[in-house]
Amino acid sequence: MPEFSFGDIAVYAYDMIGWALVTYGLDPKLVVIIQKFLAAFLLANFALLTPIFTIWLERKIAARFQDRLGPNRVGPYGLFQSFADILKLLTKEIITPSGADKVVYFVGPILSVAPVLGIWVVIPFASTMIGANLNVGVLYSVAIGGIGTLAIMMGGWASNNKYALLGAFRAASQLVSYEVPLILALLIPTLLTGSMGMQDIVLAQDTWFVVYAPIAATIFFVSSLAEIGRAPFDILEAESEIVAGYHVEYSGFLFAIWQLGEFLHAFTISALVSVLFLGGWRGPLADLYPILGIVYLLAKTYFVYFISMWIRATVPRIRIDQMNNLNWKFLVPLALAALVLVALVDKLLPASLAGSARAWAHFASNVGLMVIVFGMLRTESRRLQNLSLPAPVAAGH
Amino acid sequence: MSMTDSNWLFVSLFIAIALVFPAVPVVAARILGPHRPNPAKNETFECGMQTVGDSWVQFKIQYYIFGLLFLVFDVESIFLFPWAVAYQQMALFAVFEGLVFILLLTGGLVYMWRKGALEWV
Repeated sequence: MPEFSFGDIAVYAYDMIGWALVTYGLDPKLVVIIQKFLAAFLLANFALLTPIFTIWLERKIAARFQDRLGPNRVGPYGLFQSFADILKLLTKEIITPSGADKVVYFVGPILSVAPVLGIWVVIPFASTMIGANLNVGVLYSVAIGGIGTLAIMMGGWASNNKYALLGAFRAASQLVSYEVPLILALLIPTLLTGSMGMQDIVLAQDTWFVVYAPIAATIFFVSSLAEIGRAPFDILEAESEIVAGYHVEYSGFLFAIWQLGEFLHAFTISALVSVLFLGGWRGPLADLYPILGIVYLLAKTYFVYFISMWIRATVPRIRIDQMNNLNWKFLVPLALAALVLVALVDKLLPASLAGSARAWAHFASNVGLMVIVFGMLRTESRRLQNLSLPAPVAAGH
Repeated sequence: MSMTDSNWLFVSLFIAIALVFPAVPVVAARILGPHRPNPAKNETFECGMQTVGDSWVQFKIQYYIFGLLFLVFDVESIFLFPWAVAYQQMALFAVFEGLVFILLLTGGLVYMWRKGALEWV
């Protein structure tokens, strides 16, 4: 019989179910499958139900940024607004536009949620709690996240609508472009840890990686914002240009599934940032009481999520050429430079310099690179300003 | 059952659940909601206009160039991941070899830049 521990109550419950089933007389292999299935079921429920709360939170906070009240009629502080919306959407008609590719049309939104959900497999909630501690965790999260692009392409193509197709093409070019700095930024925690496993990365963060590599953390966050198509990178669903982009034809709950995927993705990205750069579940006493790790991880995730909401409420949408310039002419070269810098600095620093001193040495080198980059940007912007001066007009004739 | 086996077991179970879960409310909505299509309702949304021609048209070549660029860098990063994992055990010389690889690809990026492939026209 597994030993009871309050600090690790989730794992205790997991072991207890296994122990009970084995003593009942089931085949141990089958018991493992049942245990894993139950854990997967719980995790999927957690991840899918979270957006119900985050949608309310986002509406409430966005409203506050715009000096409004936000939802406040349904339940206390409007908390039940999302439930009311779900009930309403469930009873709405799902319209399939004429000439649509029906199978692809229905599979598109479902396939946009599934890969995002799949990322939760490798997110460590506590020292003892992780869906699957894959040794290729980082690569897995990128690989499975990439399927989302395909889903958007499917939705846009199948709708038989030119706006939707245009949105899908914009999405494909943006999502695919921003994956490059995203992956390059991911190389830095991998390199500092010497492993692609998410749990290893968290365990290596005695000092958070955001101190080791602030540039990589920022690049990862910004390109993640672009990956989820959130303002200021929401040109793939720019209302003023292409109506609503790839999901213009969707209605009823199929539309809700697109929205679910989007909000879940935003939350997932925040969780990834917390795991990779903000120490994941680590915090005071989290080693002793693993259950505390969940609290720390969620606190960090909601903090990152709040910042993304803040950016959304503050920055206006950028143009498509600006989007491409920011990626290929700024983020990609900067990510490559940061990678080279971290690789060199970490090898050149003496091995005796360990712990937080090493982290701050990395931090100083990153700041140095940033100073150089901002200097270059400044020179460039001055050059552009001088270029765009209007040609002198002959006046007074 | 070994550790890695049960890990991938979890992944496959989870992906199966992840595919089924979003489909459940869609089916439920199909049962609960009305289903009364008519030709006017099913028309594609074009701000009241009739769609001219086919929607599935060939598209701007620009997107294709960025797709190509992405492919190059994606393959590059896949090659860099083993290098990053082995980094802690590497001598300085091996690190420099990786850096030369990055430098070559940076050369490619600079070439594309100078050629004007990064401009949105």
